[in-house]
Amino acid sequence: MNKTKSSQFFAKNSQLLIPLIAILLLVIFNLFRDPGFFSVSIAANNNGDPVLQGNLISILNGASELVILSMGMTLVTAASGGQDISVGALAAIAGSVFVKVLKGGAITGGTVFLAFAMCCVVAMLFGAFNGSLVSFFRIQPMIATLILFTCGRSVAYWINGGATPTVESPIINAIGSFIPGIPIPTPILIVILMGILFALLFRFTTLGLYVQTVGINQGAARLNGINAVGIKLLSFVMLGACCAVAGMIGVSRLGLINHETLLINIEMDAILAVAIGGNNLGGGKFKMLGSVLGAYAIQALTITLYSMKVPSTDVKAYKAVVIIILVAMGSPVVKDAMGRLFKKTGGSAGAGKEAA
Amino acid sequence: MSDLQKTARRREPITDTQLLLTITICIFVGMYVMAMLVWGGGFLKPQMLFDILNDNAYLIIISCGLTIVMITGSIDISVGGVTALVAMVGVMILNGSLFNVPEGSRIAAALAAALLIGLAFGLVQGFLIAHLEIQPFIITLAGMFFARGMITIISVDPQKAPQNLMDILQTRIDIPWLGSVNKRGELIPARMEIGVVIALVIVALVFLLLHNLQLGRSFYAVGGNRQSALMLGVNVRRTRFMAHLLCGLLAGVAGFVFMMHTGAGNATNATAAEMNAIASSIIGGTLLTGGVGNVIGTFFGVLTLSTIKSIVTTSGLRDPWWQSITTGAMLCLFILLQSVVLMRKNKKNGKK
Amino acid sequence: MQEDIVLTMRGICKYFPGVKALKNVDFTLRKGTIHALMGENGAGKSTLIKVLTGVYPMDEGEIRIDGIEGAVSIHSPQEAQSCGISTVYQEITLCPNLTVAENMFIGRSGKLGVDWKTMEKRSGELLESLGIPARPRQQLGSCSLAVQQMVAIARAVDTDCKVLILDEPTSSLDDKEVEMLFRLMRDLKDRGVGIIFVTHFLEQVYAVSDQITVLRNGELVGEYEVKELPQVQLVEKMIGKDLEDLSTIRKSDASAAGNEPFYEAQGLSSTESRPFDFHIAKGEVNGFTGLLGSGRSESVRAIFGADPVTGGTVRIDGKSAKVTKPLDAMKHGIGYLPEDRKRDGIIADLSVRDNIILALQVIRGMNHPISRAKAEAFADEYIKALDIKTASSETPIKSLSGGNQQKVILARWLLTHPQYLILDEPTRGIDVGTKTEIQKLVLKLAEEGMSITFISSEIEEMLRTCSRLIVMRDRNIVGELKGDELTQERVMHTIAGGGD
Repeated sequence: MNKTKSSQFFAKNSQLLIPLIAILLLVIFNLFRDPGFFSVSIAANNNGDPVLQGNLISILNGASELVILSMGMTLVTAASGGQDISVGALAAIAGSVFVKVLKGGAITGGTVFLAFAMCCVVAMLFGAFNGSLVSFFRIQPMIATLILFTCGRSVAYWINGGATPTVESPIINAIGSFIPGIPIPTPILIVILMGILFALLFRFTTLGLYVQTVGINQGAARLNGINAVGIKLLSFVMLGACCAVAGMIGVSRLGLINHETLLINIEMDAILAVAIGGNNLGGGKFKMLGSVLGAYAIQALTITLYSMKVPSTDVKAYKAVVIIILVAMGSPVVKDAMGRLFKKTGGSAGAGKEAA
Repeated sequence: MSDLQKTARRREPITDTQLLLTITICIFVGMYVMAMLVWGGGFLKPQMLFDILNDNAYLIIISCGLTIVMITGSIDISVGGVTALVAMVGVMILNGSLFNVPEGSRIAAALAAALLIGLAFGLVQGFLIAHLEIQPFIITLAGMFFARGMITIISVDPQKAPQNLMDILQTRIDIPWLGSVNKRGELIPARMEIGVVIALVIVALVFLLLHNLQLGRSFYAVGGNRQSALMLGVNVRRTRFMAHLLCGLLAGVAGFVFMMHTGAGNATNATAAEMNAIASSIIGGTLLTGGVGNVIGTFFGVLTLSTIKSIVTTSGLRDPWWQSITTGAMLCLFILLQSVVLMRKNKKNGKK
Repeated sequence: MQEDIVLTMRGICKYFPGVKALKNVDFTLRKGTIHALMGENGAGKSTLIKVLTGVYPMDEGEIRIDGIEGAVSIHSPQEAQSCGISTVYQEITLCPNLTVAENMFIGRSGKLGVDWKTMEKRSGELLESLGIPARPRQQLGSCSLAVQQMVAIARAVDTDCKVLILDEPTSSLDDKEVEMLFRLMRDLKDRGVGIIFVTHFLEQVYAVSDQITVLRNGELVGEYEVKELPQVQLVEKMIGKDLEDLSTIRKSDASAAGNEPFYEAQGLSSTESRPFDFHIAKGEVNGFTGLLGSGRSESVRAIFGADPVTGGTVRIDGKSAKVTKPLDAMKHGIGYLPEDRKRDGIIADLSVRDNIILALQVIRGMNHPISRAKAEAFADEYIKALDIKTASSETPIKSLSGGNQQKVILARWLLTHPQYLILDEPTRGIDVGTKTEIQKLVLKLAEEGMSITFISSEIEEMLRTCSRLIVMRDRNIVGELKGDELTQERVMHTIAGGGD
C-alpha cells in the first residue's frame, strides 16, 4: 500500500523531474567551476540603498519576464493545444502603450498606474484577438498568432511614431530594479505576486479543471456544460495580461522602449520553458510549476554561459545543445528504454518510472 | 468501366487541397491585376515579377521544404537559421577564409558544404523527431538557435564573397521577348537569376514527389492520421524522418541560392525566413494540422506575400512599419478566409 | 502442423506494468472458417489481436503461420501484413484526407512510384464487386462511417490475406450493412481465408461463426464448435459465473406514464434534427428506436441542447423553459450520456475522480470549486456504488476498460442527481455483465422517480427497459408503441415501415 502511494506520488510529479534535474546539474556544474558562484552579497547601489547581489539574484531577477510569460503560455498551451508565438511582440506593444501614456504628462504614482492599466487593457484586447481567431474560427494557435508575430513589433513602433522614447522617473526605476529600502529586486517580487495570484485563481475557481478538460476533449467539455470557446478565449486574454506585466518590467528595466529588442525571441524561450516543464505541447494536463522551473532553468543556463565568457551572440548555440540533451532525456522513447534498463537491473525503481 | 462510373468520375467534388489552391491562385492573380491597374508603372513590366522571383528564390525553396514537413503534420523553424549559416559558410569558402580551398574549386566546395550542412541538420532533427518522438517545435527551435549561434561562432564580422566569383554566380539569363523599352528607346531584356531556375526545378521535383511517389503519398497519410497510417502499413518513422531530412536539405540549397543572390555572409541573413515560409505555405493552402497542402500553392504563397510587400512600397506607405502591418493584415485575411471556407465545406459534408 | 490449420498461437503471455494481460493463451485458426473470439471487456481479446498484428510485442509464446517455416516474430503491422495477416479495427484506421483508392493501396507496394491509373482501376473493380457505394477518387472523409468501414474491409480483402481479423467491425453498421458484411465474410470463407471475428453481438456470432474461443481475465477458457455451445452457456463462460437470467429484469408496469410530465417539447428542432414533439413523465422510461441514421441520437441531442437548437417550445416541470445549450439543460436537471463515449464522454487524461465530479462542478459554477476532500468522497462513493474497477480514483480514465469508463460517465450524471437522464447507447461496446447492471440500474432509478430516455441498437434491451418506444425512420417519428404493442415483431415492423 505504502509503496503504491509513494510510486503514485512519484508518477504524479515526475514531470517536474526534468527541470529539477536541469537546475541541479547547472548548480553542481557551477559549484565545481566556481565555488563562489552562488554567493549572495549585500552591496549598496547607485542610490546608496543596500541591495542583494550575486549570480543567484541575477538569475532570479533576469528570468522574471520569462517566468511570467511562461505562466500564461502554460494556460494557452493546455487549453488550446498550441502555442502563442506573439508574446514578445505583444509585450513590445504593451511596453509602447505604457511609455506612450507616461509621455503624456508628469510621471506620478497615479499616471504609472493608469499607464499600466492601459497597457493591460490593450494587451488583453490583442490577446482576445488571438483568442477569438483560435476559438471562434478554430485556427491553430501558432498560425493565428503568426499574424501578430509578423506585425506586432511594427505596431509597437507605430504607437510611438517611429521613435524609441525614454522615460525617467524614480517610480519606473523602482519597478525595473529596486524599491528603496527593499533589497530584493522588484521584478522578483512581481513574479511572486503573479505566482500568488495564479495560485489563488486555481484554488478558488475551477479554471484549472476547465482548462484541462477543454484541452483534452473540447467536444466532451461542451457536452458537460463548459463554455469551451470562452475558456480558450480566457486563456489568451490572461496571457495578454501576462504580456502586459512582462512588457512593463522590460521597459522599466531600461527606462526606454525599443520595439526591436524588447524581450526579443522570448516567445521561443517561453514555449521551451513550458516544454521543459514536462507539459505536453499538444494541450491537456498541465503543471504551471513545471513551466516556472523550466523558465528558471533556461535563465540559469544563460547566466552560466555568460559567466563562462561566452559571447552573447554565441550563447544560442550552446543553449541549443543543452536543450536537445534535456528534451531527449525526457522523450518517451528514451524514458522507455531507460525504464527497461532499470527493470533489468533494479526492479521497482524502473517500474515506478514506467508507470509515469 | 461503365458510362455511369465515368460521369461520376468527372463530377468528383474537389478536395480540400484543390479548393485552397484555387483560392490562392485566384487571389494572387486578382491582386496582381489590381496592382497593374491602380499603380501601373512597375507592375506593368514583366521585370517586376522577375525581381520578385529573384529576391525570393531562396524563400521558395525553403517553403517547399516546409510544405513537405507541414503536410506530415510537423514543423521546422530552423530553416531560416540553416539558410543563413549555409550562406555564411559559403561566402567564407568563396573568399578563402574557411578551409582555404583552391580558387578554382571554391564554388563546388561551397555547394558541397551547403548540401552537407543542410543534410546534417535534416538528419539530426529528423532522427530526434521521428525516432525519439520529441516535439518538432522544440527540436527545430533548438536547431535554429544552434544555426544562428554557429554563424557568430564562425565569424562575428560580416563577410563578403570576392567579386570575380560572384560574377560567375550571379550570371543572369536574359529574356529579350519579355523585356521593356526604356526612355531612350533601348530594349532592356527581362533578367532572371540562376537561383530562380533552381527554385522552379525544385518546385517541380517536390510536386512530382508529393503526387507521384509512394513517399509523397505517405507524407499525406502520416499527416492525415498518424495512427491510421501506421495501421495501413506506412513506415511512419521513416516517413517523418524523410520529411525532415528533405526539409533540411532544401534549406541547405536555399542557403546556397541566397548566397548566389546576395554574396554576403551576415548574422542577420534570412531573418524571420522561417516565419515567412510558414506564412507562404499557409497562404498556399497548407494546413499546419497536416494532411492538406500543395507545393504549387506554396509557390503562389511566396509570390503573394512578396507582391503585397511591393504593393505597399509602391503605394507610398513609406513608414517602416506599414510593410509588416499590411503583411500581417493580409495574412489574417487569408487565414480567416481559409478557416471559413473549410468550415463551410465540412458542414456541407456533414460531421467529420 | 495440421493441413488445414492456418494460424497457431501457443502459450502467449503479455505483461503490462502491474497487469498480466494475457496468461498462456492458445489460439488455433483453420482455413476457411470464421472463428469468433469472445470475452468481456478486459478479457484480453484486443491484446491478443494486437500481439498477433505486431502492435504489442509479446513477452512469451510462439506464433506459427501456414506456409512459413518455424515460429514467426511480428513486430509491426507491416510485418503482419507480409505474413498474410490483415486487420480491420473497430475504430476506422484509414486516412480521411486521402482518396478511397489510396486508402486501399497505400503502404502495400514496395515500389517507388504511385501508379494512379492502375490503382484507381483496380479499386474501382473491387468496390463494384463488393457492392460498396464509394468511388475510387472520392476523398475518404466525405464517405459515411459505414462506407469507410467497408473500404477498410475491401483493403484487407485485396491483400490476399490468409488470416483476416475483424475487430468489432459491426459496431457502426446498421442491419443492412451487417448483412452485406456477412455475405462478404462467407464469400471469403469459401475462398479459404481464416477469419477471426471479434464482436459483442451474440446473435452475430451465431449467424456467421464456425468456432468460438472464449477468453476471460486474460486466460483461455476454451475453444468450442458453435453448434455445441448454446448462447446461455457462452455467456456463462464469458462472465464466469452463472448468469443471472436477463429475463429477471422486469420493468415496473407502465403506470409511470400516467404521472405528470417532467419534460415536454413541441416542434423542437436543431441544426441536425427535424422538428418533433416529445414528452416524458416523471418516473417513466421511454426510448427512441430506429436504424442508425434515423435521427434518434439527433433527437435526444436536441433535447439536451447538444446541437444548436433552431426552434420549438419546451416546458420542464410545468414551466416553460429555454434550453439552447447543454448548460441550460443541466441546470434544469437533465443529464445526457452521449453515444460516442470516447469522443464525447470521457476526458481521457483526467483522473476518474475529476471525470466523476465534472458535471456537478460545472453546474455549481466556476467560482465554487468542490473541495478536494469532498471530490474524493464523491468519487469513492460512486466507485463503490457502481462497482467501477479502477486502481484508485486518481487513475486516468483512459486506462480503464470500456465498460468501466461508461460507468464513470454514468456516475458523473448520477452525482448531479438529475430528474431526467438521457442514455444514448449506454451499453454499446461493453460486456454482458455490465450491460445487465446498467439495465437494472435504469429500472431502479426510474422506480425512484427519475425520468429516463434510453436508446440502444439492441431492440431486446429496449423492450426489457422501456415502457414506451418512439420509432424513427428517415429523421421523422413514424410511430409510438406502448403496452402490448411492445413486441419485437411490432417494433421491427414499424421501423421497417410496414405501418404505412
